[in-house]
Amino acid sequence: MKYPEELKYTKDHEWARIEGNHAIVGITHHAQSALGDVVFVELPKIGRVLKTGETFGVVESIKAVSDLYSPFAGKVIEVNQALVDQPGLANQDPHQSAWMIKLEILDPNSTEGLMSSDSYSHYVETLK
Amino acid sequence: MLNRTALYSEHQKLNGRLVDFGGWELPVQYSGVIDEHLACRSTAGLFDVSHMGEIQVEGSGAESYLNFLVTNDVSKLAVGQAQYTVMCLDHGGIIDDLVIYRRASDRFLLVVNASNTEKDFQHLLAVQRRFDKSMGDLQITHVSSKFTQIAIQGPKAAEIVSKLSDQPIEGIRTYWFIEGMLGQTIPALIARTGYTGEDGFELYVPWDRGPELWRALLDAGSPLGMKPCGLGARDTLRLEMKYPLYGNELSELTNPLEAGLGWVVKLQKQDFIGRAALMQIKESGISRQLVGIQMIGKGIPRHGYSLYTENGELKIGELTSGTLSPSLKQAIGVGYIEPTYAKAGTRICVDIRGSRVPAEVTPTPFYRRTS
Repeated sequence: MKYPEELKYTKDHEWARIEGNHAIVGITHHAQSALGDVVFVELPKIGRVLKTGETFGVVESIKAVSDLYSPFAGKVIEVNQALVDQPGLANQDPHQSAWMIKLEILDPNSTEGLMSSDSYSHYVETLK
Repeated sequence: MLNRTALYSEHQKLNGRLVDFGGWELPVQYSGVIDEHLACRSTAGLFDVSHMGEIQVEGSGAESYLNFLVTNDVSKLAVGQAQYTVMCLDHGGIIDDLVIYRRASDRFLLVVNASNTEKDFQHLLAVQRRFDKSMGDLQITHVSSKFTQIAIQGPKAAEIVSKLSDQPIEGIRTYWFIEGMLGQTIPALIARTGYTGEDGFELYVPWDRGPELWRALLDAGSPLGMKPCGLGARDTLRLEMKYPLYGNELSELTNPLEAGLGWVVKLQKQDFIGRAALMQIKESGISRQLVGIQMIGKGIPRHGYSLYTENGELKIGELTSGTLSPSLKQAIGVGYIEPTYAKAGTRICVDIRGSRVPAEVTPTPFYRRTS
């Protein structure tokens, strides 16, 4: 699996597409594959302020509930209602149309610890 | 080191996602839980359930011993018949639920939950020491390692098993079995039992003949749409039927009357372990009852979530299992609730991550097959 180079990644298997002081956030191919059929997604209210690593929602497969963690500090300015209505998108298109939230980045320093696609691919390999 | 069934390399070949399930390395899924679940409901599903424990009870005292051990009436079992039952502690708590197959007038096979096998075997030996020797002789043997158990379930199961059987199997009634040959040379106990709510069979064959039978069943069933199914689909299939799972709905702290298993408790037969306690509970009334619920609001109910009154103020129970039902596309759960609120149609709330989400008690099974 080739992970898109324009995204940044966390050890909790979230990705972030950073553009200026905004970013959209989702879960990775590896995360959706480990979960199996995604059947429910719960996202935060617009305006909520998140710290780095704070839980912002949940994603549920048939079998399990998993928390979603904010990759950095930010304020929620948009959520993906299409994903809430059609959770299976998280399996079909995890890095594009299954984005979860759009954040206004509050602390640019908090994005520095994220992994590149190469580092993340390597990290995923170590988990197998 | 995890235990592996004889079918381990078959699961690898099929790209099954292997997980640690109570000490056994077994596939949780192959193609996906929903896909496998729907295949089982529409055509057929193939399951490796070799992790289940098997204990043989044999001897002239076997029937009276078993009738003292379990709550159901073993004396009603004919040779070739199977029976679902539970065995209890003196206080009425459930040690395990199990199926008893009567293979001869004095020979029985007990099939128990994988995670309870060793506990059950020790319990059987302890009860043997309590058992009156004048009732006849008795040998209790742990035979789990001798069997591969494969379940084939679904509307096409009989058609598929027929292709491999040396005897007609369509006539086997539910909860009866025959002993015959599959694939010409594999000796098999062919039982019309299962844990999915579909028509189907559970096949017991010698441990090392498992891979051969598994492949023959795949060859015969795949063209009809049968799929191998993992433990994930096994769980959602049983949950749609409200079949209890030990460790979720059943434990040593639950009794069969509150678990909705009163139908396997025969208080009028001879004395058995737990009888006095269960008579007492029946007389004074159960304090909670296992029910099915479905969500009205958004969210999926899960094991451990609390149940509240409709206004959200009073805690009235707790869920033991829950999922999104693949057949019904509806979030469903099973749990214990105060009897006052157990009537189908009663509005309640489920506490999902701190929110009180509307739900209602529903009739079960959740799913009923059409054919």
